[in-house]
Amino acid sequence: MPNFNDIIETITMIQEENLDIRTITMGISLLDCCDEDVDRSCEKVYKKIYNCANNLVKTGNDIQQKYGIPIINKRVSVTPIAMLAGASGGDPVKYALTLDRVAKDVGVNFIGGYSALVHKGFSPGDEELLKSIPKALSATEYVCASVNIGSTKSGINMDGVRTMGKVIRETAELTADRQCIGAAKLVVFCNAPEDNPFMAGAFHGPGEPNCVINVGVSGPGVVRAALAKADKDLDLTQIADIIKKTAFKITRMGQLVGSEASHRLGVPFGIVDLSLAPTPAVGDSVAHILEEIGLESCGAFGTTAALALLNDAVKKGGVMASSNVGGLSGAFIPVTEDEGMVAAVRSGNLTVEKLEAMTAVCSVGLDMIVIPGDTSSEVIAGIIADEAAIGMVNSKTTAVRIIPAIGKKEGEELEFGGLLGGGPVMKINQSSPAGMISRGGRIPAPLQSLKN
Amino acid sequence: MRAVISVIGEDRVGILAMVSTICAKANANVIEVTQSVLQEFFVMMMVVDISNLNCELTDLRKDLEGNSMGMKIQVMHEDIFNSMHRI
Repeated sequence: MPNFNDIIETITMIQEENLDIRTITMGISLLDCCDEDVDRSCEKVYKKIYNCANNLVKTGNDIQQKYGIPIINKRVSVTPIAMLAGASGGDPVKYALTLDRVAKDVGVNFIGGYSALVHKGFSPGDEELLKSIPKALSATEYVCASVNIGSTKSGINMDGVRTMGKVIRETAELTADRQCIGAAKLVVFCNAPEDNPFMAGAFHGPGEPNCVINVGVSGPGVVRAALAKADKDLDLTQIADIIKKTAFKITRMGQLVGSEASHRLGVPFGIVDLSLAPTPAVGDSVAHILEEIGLESCGAFGTTAALALLNDAVKKGGVMASSNVGGLSGAFIPVTEDEGMVAAVRSGNLTVEKLEAMTAVCSVGLDMIVIPGDTSSEVIAGIIADEAAIGMVNSKTTAVRIIPAIGKKEGEELEFGGLLGGGPVMKINQSSPAGMISRGGRIPAPLQSLKN
Repeated sequence: MRAVISVIGEDRVGILAMVSTICAKANANVIEVTQSVLQEFFVMMMVVDISNLNCELTDLRKDLEGNSMGMKIQVMHEDIFNSMHRI
């Protein structure tokens, strides 16, 4: 019989500390759906996704029943649509509408992959897709878009950065009547992972197999609770050890669920992404973990160091627990999705500049940050460029998912609801980087790229 | 295949009887039972063999939850504990 205390621990983690499988994401390659006619191509896309994923939601629910562990989301990620749009020509929004329809029909929560990889330049289809993003996200409910504009190997495509500054603004404008929600489903990446199961940045990279199951596990509440129970006089090495052990247990659960889903669906198992992904639920906050380590408020000096420790310990525990750790794996710091972060912003302790520093040591970037509605597209492009530079030089993924709150000013709020949460419009430096942004071109790849 | 049934709540007469009756009805063979009272709470863990269930595991869970007498009852496949706590 499993140990009595182990059983109690698992049940407490699930019932009181919000431990869950955040997502089972099925990655589906659409390369075999390319067609020179956009309508035929869309038809093939619908059929392929429907055939692969029509059992996904039921399987997820069955596994939830068997193990008693909540599986919050079932999602689909697909080949970057720009590749199909390049082959077919025509209006890329048709693909977005197709993805939306099939997502609804198979019952998944989100579908990711309205994406383009333009880190070194634009190939046919890429620019059309980028320009179509605002319309695609305003006309759909389930579709998520992402664009990779830089990498350590290739540098930063500043023409892409400039375009995305405009695209983010325009997306927010077109969905201004819905809390600008379009921008919350749009991520700009540097070094985007091809197997990330988390939205809004999930897509199925061209190097991935035909169909694959990736699992994202979460549990900030569990880590915080483990630290809260520990002795107050433990040193930081011991704190790292507690986080590592907790991350190990969480990842093992992800591995179990992923293997089972892959077996039941007859699809190869890809990766477990162990990411501490906060939710607006009380107690499910990454900021509170940092505060539990010993900060008065998230954003205080020491926050970056605490986050570095947390992110690293999470990875170490996860790597031991699964042979296939991938995706983003680390700590997420989305502001509106984390009640502790929102509180730190409201109290004035957490600023965008501090968040930028934090992104140098966590697994993603500036995430779910609401900025004033009158922010220019050049300033947004400047934010993207800075974030991409951090990712490029440090050989890590960084991303920007910011929401210009159209018609709102600092201190006012946006409320998205659900897992996306809500929060105040943050103050940002509005001095203009327009001269630099208008130059365009490419920031050359750094020395770090020359590893061969 | 084994599952762990856990029952947590206020101690009262008939808890074990209720759980084992429902298990018997579903043809789940009780292998091991551990119970104790932590502070005022009654905590019981029961390992049952579910290889020869005459219904779905979900039905067994629903039946137990429907007769929970105000207690928290969980039915979870044993694998989740083994994978989380053993290397």
